[in-house]
Amino acid sequence: MSRERDLALRRRYWVERLMLALVALGTLLAFLVLFLVLAYALFQGAGALNLDFFLKDMRPPGEAGGGLRQAIVGTLLVDGLGLLLALPFGLAAGILLAEYPDHPLNPYLRLLSDTLNGMPAILFGLLAFILVVKPMGGFSGLSGAFALGFLMIPILARSTEGVLSLVPKEVREAGLALGLPRWRVILSLVLPTARAGLITGILLAFARAAGEAAPLLFTAFGSPLLELNPLKPMDTLPLRLFAFAISPYEDWHQKAWAAGLVLFGFITLTSLLARWASRRRF
Amino acid sequence: MVKEALDVHMESRRLVVRYGTRLGVGVGGGVSLPLYRRRITALIGPSGCGKTTFLRALNRMHDLTPSARVEGEVLLDGENIYAPGVDPVLVRRRVGMVFQKPTAFPTLSIYDNVAAGLKLVGIRDRKRLDEAVERALKAAALWEEVKDRLRAPASGLSGGQQQRLTIARALAVEPEVLLMDEPTASLDPISTQAIEDLLLTLKEQVTIVIVTHNMQQAARVSDYTAFFLNGEMVEFGPTETLFTKPQDPRTEAYITGRFG
Amino acid sequence: MKRLYTHFGDRVFALVLLLLALGVVALALLMAYELYRGGSLALGRFGLLGFALGREWDPALEKAFGAWPYILGTLIVSLSALSLSFFPALAAAIFAAEYAPRWLAQILNFLLDLMAAVPSVVYGLWGIFVLAPWLRDKLQLPLYLWAAEHAPGLLPLLGVPTGYGLMTAILILASMIVPYTAALARDAIALVPREHREAAYALGATRWEVMRLAILPLARGGILAGAFLALARAVGETLAVTMVIGNSHKLPYTLFGGAATMPSVIANEFTEAVEDLHLSALIAVGFLLFLVSMAVNFTAAYVLRRQERLVKGVL
Repeated sequence: MSRERDLALRRRYWVERLMLALVALGTLLAFLVLFLVLAYALFQGAGALNLDFFLKDMRPPGEAGGGLRQAIVGTLLVDGLGLLLALPFGLAAGILLAEYPDHPLNPYLRLLSDTLNGMPAILFGLLAFILVVKPMGGFSGLSGAFALGFLMIPILARSTEGVLSLVPKEVREAGLALGLPRWRVILSLVLPTARAGLITGILLAFARAAGEAAPLLFTAFGSPLLELNPLKPMDTLPLRLFAFAISPYEDWHQKAWAAGLVLFGFITLTSLLARWASRRRF
Repeated sequence: MVKEALDVHMESRRLVVRYGTRLGVGVGGGVSLPLYRRRITALIGPSGCGKTTFLRALNRMHDLTPSARVEGEVLLDGENIYAPGVDPVLVRRRVGMVFQKPTAFPTLSIYDNVAAGLKLVGIRDRKRLDEAVERALKAAALWEEVKDRLRAPASGLSGGQQQRLTIARALAVEPEVLLMDEPTASLDPISTQAIEDLLLTLKEQVTIVIVTHNMQQAARVSDYTAFFLNGEMVEFGPTETLFTKPQDPRTEAYITGRFG
Repeated sequence: MKRLYTHFGDRVFALVLLLLALGVVALALLMAYELYRGGSLALGRFGLLGFALGREWDPALEKAFGAWPYILGTLIVSLSALSLSFFPALAAAIFAAEYAPRWLAQILNFLLDLMAAVPSVVYGLWGIFVLAPWLRDKLQLPLYLWAAEHAPGLLPLLGVPTGYGLMTAILILASMIVPYTAALARDAIALVPREHREAAYALGATRWEVMRLAILPLARGGILAGAFLALARAVGETLAVTMVIGNSHKLPYTLFGGAATMPSVIANEFTEAVEDLHLSALIAVGFLLFLVSMAVNFTAAYVLRRQERLVKGVL
């Protein structure tokens, strides 16, 4: 009996080691491409990352130098504008879901919100094209802002709901016990308590939208010039990266890598910030 | 009738369990406690006193907690289960455990639940498995209720039945010792009664160590009782003696309900 | 007097909240409506089924618009990418949830977040300049030459080894969707109640056996939901795929050759479309994409909800 147990154990430990090896191998495979992308971006793009990159606009092909200032500024403008458009709707939806859990709209709201979250980004661009570009008669940063705003609404709704539902119910109960009306409790107690999480959610939505190019292909459209007027076409970093990548010019390729590096750095920063912020407890 | 001579099946020697810097159990030089063969030993005390921590040291469950550190010895038939080179998997085959919440594997059938431990060691022979499953279910007093639906999912059983199922599952691998961590705490009185009756017949085959916060249960079922308080094993003795003539004033205070 | 005021304030607040939140509903409805309306010219001309199953896409000469090559392309690319990515993602989830020490698990979780956050264009950039040439030189060309010598019957299946085609798109997409499966699988595994784990260990099971016996069966739903979520992302992925897939109008039936997906054809042709019919056809493709995406997302949500109820029942 003991001998038999011994044998079974040997085989089982062999299986155990095999599975550990498979799991480790699978894990390495899973992360492999991330490391390769980062490595190549550093390798190829670091050279083009100088001060000019951030301070100068792009040059026509063949002319060396220049930077991508117009794309960086454009990204901030289009994304920021989109965020302003999305905030009231996304926050309101999140507050409704979290603070009025019995509201009859909620199951539908949640379902639609989750569904919109999984929608291909390009569809938001199509919607913005139909609603803004067509009537306006041309591409514009504003239509891009709409596209990104549409994208951000469900993201904000979900993150807001998540953060607010973490606020302990004692906070609300204390406010109500003091005789405060519900809306005061929400605005003056619950929201401030969740401030860090809310800001993190907004930051993450901003970062996610900043990396999108598909919804902007036929809304903001891109531009080689620095443009501050949202009624004109505007450039963003992802758009410019795409345009440079499919171009035949070496110099532009290198700038594309540099743009990739900047984007990579930006999302790393925001992800780290989000992790750090969510470490704080109430 | 000749009474069976008292025989120490397992014992702890100066056992201490720490979680990081916090002492879980073992105040005052560690816990040294004998567990007699084919007897029921109850561990009682208020919540947080360390009785469960002590119990889990008996089958090396603390191996699963990274911050836990175990000092001292636990001897099974004279051999220290914490000696270097001892395989915890083998220890757990000889020392089984039943938990407070009935943990029947919900995606498996009743039959497969009971046979789970046997299949792990590679026993495939249908006849052997059938016999073992029947034997275990009978020992757990569940056979009559489920013998016609062995293939039904285990999730369809009531709480009391599921707990007996987990007992059957633990028994199927024929352990020498059965550790029970508040096995009736989440059950109704009738199921509790059924399991207590079960324990009295089970002890003829296995040594049982049961943690319970219910003093009356300890008094009803066990032969020996150990009282724990604040990480220290305060008193140990035959159940009747401990409950009627406790030596330590703290024991007396707990038993008479002055705290707990 | 005061009570009336606060009641009124609450009413107003709730109303404002409701109106704004309805914006989300409006967004979804608007999208469905406008996409359908925008595509109605093309859909009316060819019929929904005719459009979806049509194989000719020729804006220049024939003026025929059939979206089947793109639907097929989307299906092939997404499903293949999901199959490829599933096991590494599951392995990463198991490793992070069970095998790795806490400090390593935290790093891995962060890396998963990072992977999901890297913009599509950046993956695409790497795909164009690193993956595609590498695949072409190290895999496709040698295979093509070998087939030319020894198995010429295979050649039409292989296609021209440019490096920009189905194979590259599938590989890059697979890498991109790993974090979606991995994160949900990891959460599902972590949610399995501690007692089940311990009960399995108490039976004398090894670590892998505990996984197989107690954890994975209970985490099944969450893992499945993760797979559906990853599929949803794969279906909608635009830029990275567009950059490496080679962009062909023909039915994708070669491994190395070019193809296109629903998002990629929209991305490629939208700004060039001058005629109303062409534009409408592209929007109609968008409408189909919307339908497919809804279906996959709904399934993911349904599976996830069922899983939540199962775990709650166990708890």
